Amino acid sequence: MKISGTAWVFGDNIDTDVIIPARYLNTSDPEELAKHCMEDIDSEFVKKISKGDIIVGGYNFGSGSSREHAPVAIKACGISCVIARSFARIFYRNAFNVGLPIFESEDAPVHIDTGDMIEIDMESGRIKNITKNEEYEVVPIPEFMRDLIEAGGLFEYAKKILGVG
Amino acid sequence: MGMTISQKILAIKSHRDRVRPGEIVLADVDLAFANDITAPMVIDFVNSLGGKVFDKRKVALIPDHFTPNKDINSANQCKVMREFARKWKLPNYWETGEAGIEHAMLPEEGFIKPGMLVVGADSHTCTHGALGAFATGMGSSDVGFAFATGKSWFKVPHSMRFIYYGRRNKWVGGKDLILHTIGKIGVSGALYKSMEFSGEAITSLPMDDRLTMCNMAVEAGAKNGIIPPDDVTDEYLRTHGVKEWEPIYGDDDAEYSDVIRIDVGNIEPQVAFPHLPENVRGVSEIKKDIRIDQAFIGSCTNGRLSDLEQAAEVLKGNRVAKYVRLIIIPATVGVYREAMKRGLFDVFLDAGAVISTPTCGPCLGGYMGVLGDEEVCISTSNRNFVGRMGSPKSQVYLANPAVVAASAVAGKIVSPEEVVK
Repeated sequence: MKISGTAWVFGDNIDTDVIIPARYLNTSDPEELAKHCMEDIDSEFVKKISKGDIIVGGYNFGSGSSREHAPVAIKACGISCVIARSFARIFYRNAFNVGLPIFESEDAPVHIDTGDMIEIDMESGRIKNITKNEEYEVVPIPEFMRDLIEAGGLFEYAKKILGVG
Repeated sequence: MGMTISQKILAIKSHRDRVRPGEIVLADVDLAFANDITAPMVIDFVNSLGGKVFDKRKVALIPDHFTPNKDINSANQCKVMREFARKWKLPNYWETGEAGIEHAMLPEEGFIKPGMLVVGADSHTCTHGALGAFATGMGSSDVGFAFATGKSWFKVPHSMRFIYYGRRNKWVGGKDLILHTIGKIGVSGALYKSMEFSGEAITSLPMDDRLTMCNMAVEAGAKNGIIPPDDVTDEYLRTHGVKEWEPIYGDDDAEYSDVIRIDVGNIEPQVAFPHLPENVRGVSEIKKDIRIDQAFIGSCTNGRLSDLEQAAEVLKGNRVAKYVRLIIIPATVGVYREAMKRGLFDVFLDAGAVISTPTCGPCLGGYMGVLGDEEVCISTSNRNFVGRMGSPKSQVYLANPAVVAASAVAGKIVSPEEVVK
């Protein structure tokens, strides 16, 4: 499966307050949350992006709160995936749990600029920069996470443990 | 090679003789909880599996973030939580006015014991490591999973050992120790790791200060913060209604990824500058006046009785500066009542401060003290990211209750020494 879209590049420590400000946490509705994604760092972000676009961050992407609303907002506003040099631990889990693909890459965020056309092959795990004609390595997804995804996600895993339908 | 306290708890709870950093384990959870903004998603997850929780005594639902209800949406979120608790007759549900902020209330009510495995749908769940539990924050789906199955999966973390030695200076407490530490290692300095706090300066640290330290472990990127149980822990448990407990300790030959020694005698009251908790300086290093508009004393970090007592010591006989508002929020109903009994509210009211019922409110820019454009706040809470407490054009500084109280009086960030009568 391939993901492709335009890159929107941010720096290090993109925290959950910037991804979805707490004042909007009075709802869990993805459509509502989507409207405010990245608002405090770029108030026009959701208007600028197209469906399938990609967020690129530096170190410690998603730091701060445990709010699952963060990857939900990113996914709901049309972003196809996040590439970062490293992810904060709770965001990492939450992204997998809500089905937002994330890719850890030391190099990619250094070389990608906002506006670059990016293509990711989910199977081979390679990131292609179509605009710059470059390729970057991705840290392989840990086996447990792959098993979790293959099993259908956290919810399906819960059903398996409970022995329900 | 032995295991650290964090690794041991994970081993015991996953029924293994030993675990190694990097391994994934499925462990039994002793307590899982959520608050009003994270509970709706937890409940969705559980309802999709039939709605039954694995053990009613081991789950808790606590309204604290946007309560008393901030607006209609918040009221509806609280309704979801309340109706679920009612439907399943969950004993561990509190109404606003009964309890308080989750991470202050749970230890106070005797829910946390050494050796427990605790997961909460809030990043500051790491607070409870102060009592020797393995406590970590997760998202709503993960906590929903725990509510339904009684288990959670963990990647076993490496442990970093912080050894604090020497004697604390006046006005220096847990908040300053943890801010100093985060300033030293950075906001991802402990990423995915367990922060273990020990040393003579920890064993002599009161429990409120230990809770403050562990509360901010997540601000260094840690999975959990933990303090091995000792006499102070035992005394706290005894005086908070806990009848029996089985502490777990690390092995003497446990291996740590890092061992960092910190001389607390070198630490003065610390201030974290905008917009990261690692942007830390000593209060005496502030040469230029930093004028403030709001001061906030409260939150799961520093809303406990000793925090309010420290604030009162500084505020006694003083008035909040003109054009500055000081908002004081006891973290639990218990703290509120005791503070009132001890006459602290008279000191606060005489100073011109606002006193509120327990709520997280201002910490996350919810309500009860939101910041406007270009406003500056000094706060005892735990985060100062852009827009954290209101306008993205506002600024937040973090400090201990004495520094925040003193700054409220001076109208700018100062040491308590400059203000205390």
